[in-house]
Amino acid sequence: MLEIKNLHVKLEEEDKQILKGVDLKVGEGEVHAIMGPNGSGKSTTSYVLSGRDGYEVTEGEVLLDGENILELEPEERAAAGLFLAFQYPVEIPGVGNMTFLRTAVNAQRKARGEEELSATDFLKEIRAKAKSLKIDAEMLKRPVNVGFSGGEKKRNEILQMAMLEPKLCILDETDSGLDVDAMKLVSEGVNALRDGKRSFIVITHYQRLLDHIKPDVVHIMSNGRIIKTGGPELALEVENNGYADLLAEVEQA
Amino acid sequence: MKRAELKQRKLDATSARVEGMTLPAGAAWAEALRQDALNRLLAMGLPQGRDEYWRWTRPDTLNADAPKLATVFVAKEAPVFSGIDRLKIVFVDGVFDAEASDALDGENLEIMRLSDALSADIHWVKDAYGVQEKKAQTPVERPFATLNTAFATDGVVIRATGKVAKPVSLIYLHRNETSDAILHHVIRVEEGAELTVLENGPAAARFNKVMEVEVADKAAFHHVRAQGRDHERRAVTHIFGTVGQEALFKSFTMTANGVLTRNEVVLDIQGDDSMAHVAGAALGDGDFHHDDTVFITHDAERCESRQVFKKVLRNGAKGVFQGKILVKAGAQKTDGYQISQGLLLDGDSQFLAKPELEIYADDVACSHGSTVGAIDEDALFYLRSRGVPTAEATDLLTLAFLAEAIEEIEDEAIAEDILHRLEGWLTRRRAG
Ligand SMILES: Nc1ncnc2c1ncn2[C@@H]1O[C@H](COP(=O)(O)OP(=O)(O)OP(=O)(O)O)[C@@H](O)[C@H]1O
Ligand SMILES: [Mg+2]
Repeated sequence: MLEIKNLHVKLEEEDKQILKGVDLKVGEGEVHAIMGPNGSGKSTTSYVLSGRDGYEVTEGEVLLDGENILELEPEERAAAGLFLAFQYPVEIPGVGNMTFLRTAVNAQRKARGEEELSATDFLKEIRAKAKSLKIDAEMLKRPVNVGFSGGEKKRNEILQMAMLEPKLCILDETDSGLDVDAMKLVSEGVNALRDGKRSFIVITHYQRLLDHIKPDVVHIMSNGRIIKTGGPELALEVENNGYADLLAEVEQA
Repeated sequence: MKRAELKQRKLDATSARVEGMTLPAGAAWAEALRQDALNRLLAMGLPQGRDEYWRWTRPDTLNADAPKLATVFVAKEAPVFSGIDRLKIVFVDGVFDAEASDALDGENLEIMRLSDALSADIHWVKDAYGVQEKKAQTPVERPFATLNTAFATDGVVIRATGKVAKPVSLIYLHRNETSDAILHHVIRVEEGAELTVLENGPAAARFNKVMEVEVADKAAFHHVRAQGRDHERRAVTHIFGTVGQEALFKSFTMTANGVLTRNEVVLDIQGDDSMAHVAGAALGDGDFHHDDTVFITHDAERCESRQVFKKVLRNGAKGVFQGKILVKAGAQKTDGYQISQGLLLDGDSQFLAKPELEIYADDVACSHGSTVGAIDEDALFYLRSRGVPTAEATDLLTLAFLAEAIEEIEDEAIAEDILHRLEGWLTRRRAG
């Protein structure tokens, strides 16, 4: 599904290397978690995957279903099935949430040569999905993320994901800012999308989320690299002991 | 150049400009009003580039003896407001076209051609024609409006005596490439009455238009205008309005294209507890130049005024905003808001703004803001990351930028029509 090979990324404007050889392979239907200290490059990885400006790939490649996506525009990557739930969802005053979602859904369908969703079908679908995420009709009408609470923004990201039905979902700290109930809702939303084919990369600092969304593989990222890969037990180890031991291990090696 | 010398130059230029023009004939009182306007014009002179009020907009083509040629534009789609049930009044190159117009009457409505009203021995317009224009010459001179009062050849005089069901729609067709039109409308919305006036079309190669509106106590006036798409057209327009007690005044203007547009709005809020909103959405490309100059005076208590002006500029287009809120002593609890924003779709375009507040009352809440910037990169990326192509995402954000101005249109069908036009403009640029 996704293969990141020796990815090196620096900032476009500055001489600052952020990713220093990331290797990652996510198979079909798998859930991978990425953990790691603040500033280790997790969000940068997700941004580079989705095609944000401001970064320069100096080495390596990213294959989605065998195709190198680094040459593609962000919208093309989205149409190819990549979705990023932002760590900090963007507010867009003046654009209604509903309009936004409908434009996005239909743009992707168009890009894939599919027919646009009719207004009624779209409404039916979004109402059902919003309901399961406890997003009320009023929130759908409001401008995208404007005046949304932190938790509402995160739920809105998951709603978008549910509507767009991507192949690969990257969730960047979707759990941060969520209360216990919202965390359950969001996890249920994510789990509902697990169909054995769709893959997930879940970036998080906490074991809590991984209790709900059970990962197959856990990676630890530090200083622009994946320094350790293991099973779910690796997340528990981090939860209990922090990163110090893991980092020391790598230093020694 | 010395001040006196400059003034003399202005006066000479003004004499030259009006030399070939004749004051239209009418009733004695009307001719006197026109003569008075001409005298005032000759005393103040037409504006020159050095005038402070015209420092960002060059008045020379508006001053010139003859208008510059403007190619007649033929749109593929039906004109704006076509789907709105309205009373149509058509002017072709500034001349009333009775044949193309609906009958000039309606319930709670009295409409008369300006030349007829100004020829009658007795008519209420005697106390209204040019009156607001004259008053609005201080503290800032507006000579093109004075020129208009003196020489206006056509226009309508409208009186609403109750709620008028259909909007009165003034349609300005442009057929002659070198036409020069001067129209003057006088509108009186009487106590408790309600009137909507629509305006659309370029009118002429060069267009000078004045609209004097009196909104009496508890009356409501809605105005929505779409200026013509003929790119080479030039227009200088003035709206003068007085607003009575518990009254409502709302005006919205859409301008897409036009090498020169100067829209002035001068409002005088005279009655307590009233509301006056003026808004504009302008879209321009290349040698587009658009200037909104607004002056709102609060002279009553607990009134609200809003100025919402948004301009989308690309390929070197230029937008200007000069807006003022004057709160007189005693105009307590005034709520004044003013926002002017330029969205530059490239580095060549320019938005110049001069927002001003002048407040002589102590218990008021006034705010003003002016911004100029490009499309928000974060928002653009967010949209693209959801699969919306760059061009479409840019249009969506552009319409979002304009939304606050469009929201000022109260009637949903009219707002929808305007929105549709704005979308059309953006889509056409995308294709081209
Ligand atoms: N545009 C930028 N300008 C300057 N520094 C940047 C930029 N983007 C990323 N960085 C730097 O790159 C490093 C990695 O940042 P990134 O956001 O990827 O970390 P992260 O692992 O997601 O951290 P966190 O857990 O705090 O979210 C940080 O040191 C950050 O300051
Ligand atoms: Mg991060």
